[in-house]
Amino acid sequence: MVEPAAEGKPRAKVEVRDLTIRYGAKAALANASFEIRENEIFGIVGPAGSGKTSFLRVLNRMDQFVPEMETEGQVLIDGNDIDRWRNLYALRRRIGVVFPLPVGLPLSVYDNVALSPRLSGVRKKVDLDVIVERCLTRAALWDEVKDRLDSLGSLLSGGQQQRLTIARALSQDPDLLLLDEFSIAVDPVTTMRIEDVLKDLRDEMTIVLVTNLVQQAARLADRTAFFLTGELVEVGETEALFGGKSEDERTRGYLAGRFG
Amino acid sequence: MFETTTLNEQNRTVEKLWRTLLLVMTLLLILPVLVILAVLVYKGGPVLSLDFLLTEPTNGMTAGGILPALIGTVWLVSVALLASVPIGVAAALYLSEYAPENWLTRALNLAIINLAGVPSIVHALFGVGAFVLFFRFGTSILAASLTLAVMTLPVVIVATKESLQAVPQAFREACWNMGATRWQTIRKIVLPNSISGILTGVILEVSRTAGETAPIMFTGAAFFLPFLPQGVFDQTMAMSLHLFVVSTQVPDVPEALPYGVALVLIAMVLAMNATSIAFRTYLRGRKKW
Ligand SMILES: Nc1ncnc2c1ncn2[C@@H]1O[C@H](COP(=O)(O)OP(=O)(O)O)[C@@H](O)[C@H]1O
Ligand SMILES: [Mg+2]
Repeated sequence: MVEPAAEGKPRAKVEVRDLTIRYGAKAALANASFEIRENEIFGIVGPAGSGKTSFLRVLNRMDQFVPEMETEGQVLIDGNDIDRWRNLYALRRRIGVVFPLPVGLPLSVYDNVALSPRLSGVRKKVDLDVIVERCLTRAALWDEVKDRLDSLGSLLSGGQQQRLTIARALSQDPDLLLLDEFSIAVDPVTTMRIEDVLKDLRDEMTIVLVTNLVQQAARLADRTAFFLTGELVEVGETEALFGGKSEDERTRGYLAGRFG
Repeated sequence: MFETTTLNEQNRTVEKLWRTLLLVMTLLLILPVLVILAVLVYKGGPVLSLDFLLTEPTNGMTAGGILPALIGTVWLVSVALLASVPIGVAAALYLSEYAPENWLTRALNLAIINLAGVPSIVHALFGVGAFVLFFRFGTSILAASLTLAVMTLPVVIVATKESLQAVPQAFREACWNMGATRWQTIRKIVLPNSISGILTGVILEVSRTAGETAPIMFTGAAFFLPFLPQGVFDQTMAMSLHLFVVSTQVPDVPEALPYGVALVLIAMVLAMNATSIAFRTYLRGRKKW
């Protein structure tokens, strides 16, 4: 891969500088520095316990809800230090999150998607209708639920609930979308449909894709980071990393499926 | 092959034995309740009538009905509910949804559990000191109900916390991740999915106080009042105290009368419990996750 010319250099959406995350004395991530560029799909791979989820938690300041979690270093989103952000709720509203296990809230399908707009003050039914239809359509779920918008979101199938979660994340109109091993409880067909959705979304937002499937990162990610038990081993263009050209023995081993 | 079969046979016998044993223990457990009910119905049944429920005691409480006591107990329990639900739910919301995990929270939780073990006569003395004298409510429904409320608060808080904690944490996390505040999360997700459980639990706990005597005896319940209470600052008769009085304090009471009073009191409590349990069963049936 040739580095893009200086003037065409993509803007950094997220800059991570010397980030260390600790639970008590134990570091879940140590001295990581890298950047996530605007409108890219940034893959993060690594075995369980590598600090991937912890990193996502820090991005939208959910570490606030885990008392034993401590961070050092800096994370900048759009050039602003997230520690200095005054209104954390506003920060979180810009960041959509999708969890490993789909969480359909115990509300109707419609209300699941309308919740976030309502919380930020959208009241008119017509406006909400538009948002709900658009988000469900973009999450590739509209056709399956358009006749049952009033039924409970938590009663949809696992695959549908995961798309509902994505629709809900999109309803926040985020410019950063975090996905944490979204396909773990989802059938392969749905996984492929969601992957297609993500490819389309890349034009409008920056996507951080934590995945347990190395091949998923290979299919989707523009660049990929490899975390290994709290160490950022390597970040690079996905093609280069997966082309077996990595300098690091551990990266080559993990990506080739020799451990993990 | 054969060995495994004998082992299976043996296991089955042991299994049967245990099952029978546990069943017998369970039956033994409900036996006293059944006997009590049977005796009450047998001895108290004859005095029951619409007149008994709807007239006042006469002849120095040796005859007539129980209307003032019945109405009084309804007052006492209702006012106690009105006081303990908002306070108990608020405290439980704080402890379950806001309180940081630290020594103060742990101390509070411990205190609440221990408060549930304070004898009711101690609550009665507290009620006299606090509500009757200090707040100058006098001996009144208000003072008695507040004493009952204070007495049930610990269990109300515990029951409410249990309902709140039955709402999966993942729901809260999903909301927080969306940028919802804690209060928005409580209002939109946590309370709608627990309020009915909270209310049934609370009604169940507070309705038990219908049978309490000590806490109301010095704070608002009267031996005998020939009229119905008109407001919370009146004294009132109450079923539990009335039962105590006609069983032990008044001479020449016909034998059936105390049993009749006891039967109505038990029926009231059971009716409230049944309503709340039916409500709960109905809500479980449409659980949303
Ligand atoms: N709440 C927590 N308390 C203590 N340790 C934790 C907590 N959450 C995660 N960890 C530890 O931090 C490390 C990284 O975890 P995590 O970020 O979940 O990794 P991954 O998502 O890559 O599997 C693990 O060793 C894990 O045991
Ligand atoms: Mg994880």
